[in-house]
Amino acid sequence: MTDQATRELPAADGTRHEPPVPVPVFGAGALRETGRLFALGAAVIRQTFKRPFQVRELIQQFWFIASVTILPTMLVSIPFGAVIALQVGSLTRQLGAESFTGAASVLAVVQQASPLITALLVAGAGGSAICADLGARTIREEIEAMEVMGVSPIQRLVVPRVLAAMGVATLLNGLVSVVGVAGGYFFNVIMQGGTPGAYLASFSALAHLPDLWISEIKAVIFGFLAGVVAAYRGLNPRGGPKGVGDAVNQSVVIAFLLLFFVNLVLTAIYLQVVPPKGM
Amino acid sequence: MGIEVVVEGLTKSFGRRNVWRDVSLTLPAGEVSVMLGPSGTGKTVFLKSLVGLVKPERGRVLINGVDMVSCSERQLYQTRKLLGVMFQDGALFGSLNLFDNIAFPLREHTKLSERQIRAIVEEKMALVGLAGEEHKLPGMISGGMRKRAGLARALVLEPQIILCDEPDSGLDPVRTAYLSQLLIDLNAQIDATILIVTHNIQVARTVPDNIGMLFRGELVMFGPREVLLTSDEPAVAQFLNGRRVGPIGMSEEKDDATMLLEQSHVDAGHNDGSGGEDVRGVVPQLEPTPGLPPRLAVQRRMERVMAQIHTLPPAAQQSILDSLSPIDRVRYGAPAAGEGVRS
Repeated sequence: MTDQATRELPAADGTRHEPPVPVPVFGAGALRETGRLFALGAAVIRQTFKRPFQVRELIQQFWFIASVTILPTMLVSIPFGAVIALQVGSLTRQLGAESFTGAASVLAVVQQASPLITALLVAGAGGSAICADLGARTIREEIEAMEVMGVSPIQRLVVPRVLAAMGVATLLNGLVSVVGVAGGYFFNVIMQGGTPGAYLASFSALAHLPDLWISEIKAVIFGFLAGVVAAYRGLNPRGGPKGVGDAVNQSVVIAFLLLFFVNLVLTAIYLQVVPPKGM
Repeated sequence: MGIEVVVEGLTKSFGRRNVWRDVSLTLPAGEVSVMLGPSGTGKTVFLKSLVGLVKPERGRVLINGVDMVSCSERQLYQTRKLLGVMFQDGALFGSLNLFDNIAFPLREHTKLSERQIRAIVEEKMALVGLAGEEHKLPGMISGGMRKRAGLARALVLEPQIILCDEPDSGLDPVRTAYLSQLLIDLNAQIDATILIVTHNIQVARTVPDNIGMLFRGELVMFGPREVLLTSDEPAVAQFLNGRRVGPIGMSEEKDDATMLLEQSHVDAGHNDGSGGEDVRGVVPQLEPTPGLPPRLAVQRRMERVMAQIHTLPPAAQQSILDSLSPIDRVRYGAPAAGEGVRS
């Protein structure tokens, strides 16, 4: 019962025991953050399969992310498809390979432009909203309250958001592909006087089904990344409302950097693994 | 009966700043304890480390055999279901109305029908005086109401341990008195272990069975209420009386020059902020509202305190002996009132 008895103030002669102070190492902070980001990603995957699954929250988030991304995505993909069509159109004319204009612009739109546009909008419009929402909940102690009530905020809040971001990214990717190719067709045929038949016929000359697969796989992975990064920054804001603002800002920047890097890696792997058509 | 919480050698730092070190205490099962301390001494951090939200570097927190510091995530979430925590500003979910907020733990952890949930939630809301406010959003109500709603939410799962972070801050004295009575009534009804973190002297004097105090990164003392209320420890005496003169300053540390200067001001007749009276001393503890069962904790505490009474300071011993009824006096072999301390 000694801990029940009266204790004395620390002695003034400097005998109080100081805990060891961690020595700051250059780059350790960045490494730690990266590690924790990966840990959150792993936790999200693990807890996706844990009962009870939050169907309601998933539907709400799905609808929310879709509603803030559909219109901007379409508005971005029309000029993007047009730019690719114009550029490729003038290039193929110089090379004398006009019949392949359609094929080249379809490859560019489906494989590269479409997943990236989708990811940028899911991260920029959906991710920033997720990050701000979770950040505000964190600084108001709502997340801690949830943990104390024995409810995992990762399972309850983060998993539905990440799954919604992945789902919306996959579907939007299809939308962007269609809108982008249609925009390319319009600009090539109407503006540059290309031949409609040749444009459509050349689709299947260079492009094949795996191009569509890699496009969707990229979209799924990008949606996951955007969701996890947004959730990670949202759950770890640094102090106060200003911290939430900073976290939203950082989440968008980090997500963009990560998306372009992962896109590079995936493209390189795809080009190595899947032989181009006709070879 | 409530569950005992054992804290052993707990030490926590944020970066280079040490919050407190080597804190050891036992919250006895089913009793009400208060943790006092000036603002910024890490009372809230202490409370959060009890529930595993903050991870101390060293030490253990044992609840029901589970160490909240080092146990697995699964055990942590399981053990937390035994706990009800009332946060400083309620920590309600801003997007849900009061009813859904208070029903949240029930919907997550039980398979009760919506009808049963409604009955429980309405009962708890009436208990904290929020009947009829079910459909308001947390943003629409006052801070005191948010606090009370937070308490109602902490109570719906019938917790065995209730932790309250400053239940009185932002409440007027009357509401604080009602809340104090509510906590004592709860203890009588469900026999839960209760820890109240506060710096309200009135609450500390009238509510708890045990009082502790954190100051300068140490647990100054923790023990039966009589020990702290009769203590001559300068920091405790200063805190209880709300004086400026003493080791506690406006900032964390206070140097000797400032202490001497303040003492000279007081000697010259300047008011030291306390109103001139010494409020130390043991006042009668709150009792459950008439009609409720008696608190089982009272008898258990008396057994425990009488077993260790020889380890307590003389003033506390005297005060405990004075509070004994004639029957208990005979039972424990204590001298009659006013006969001095048994050696």
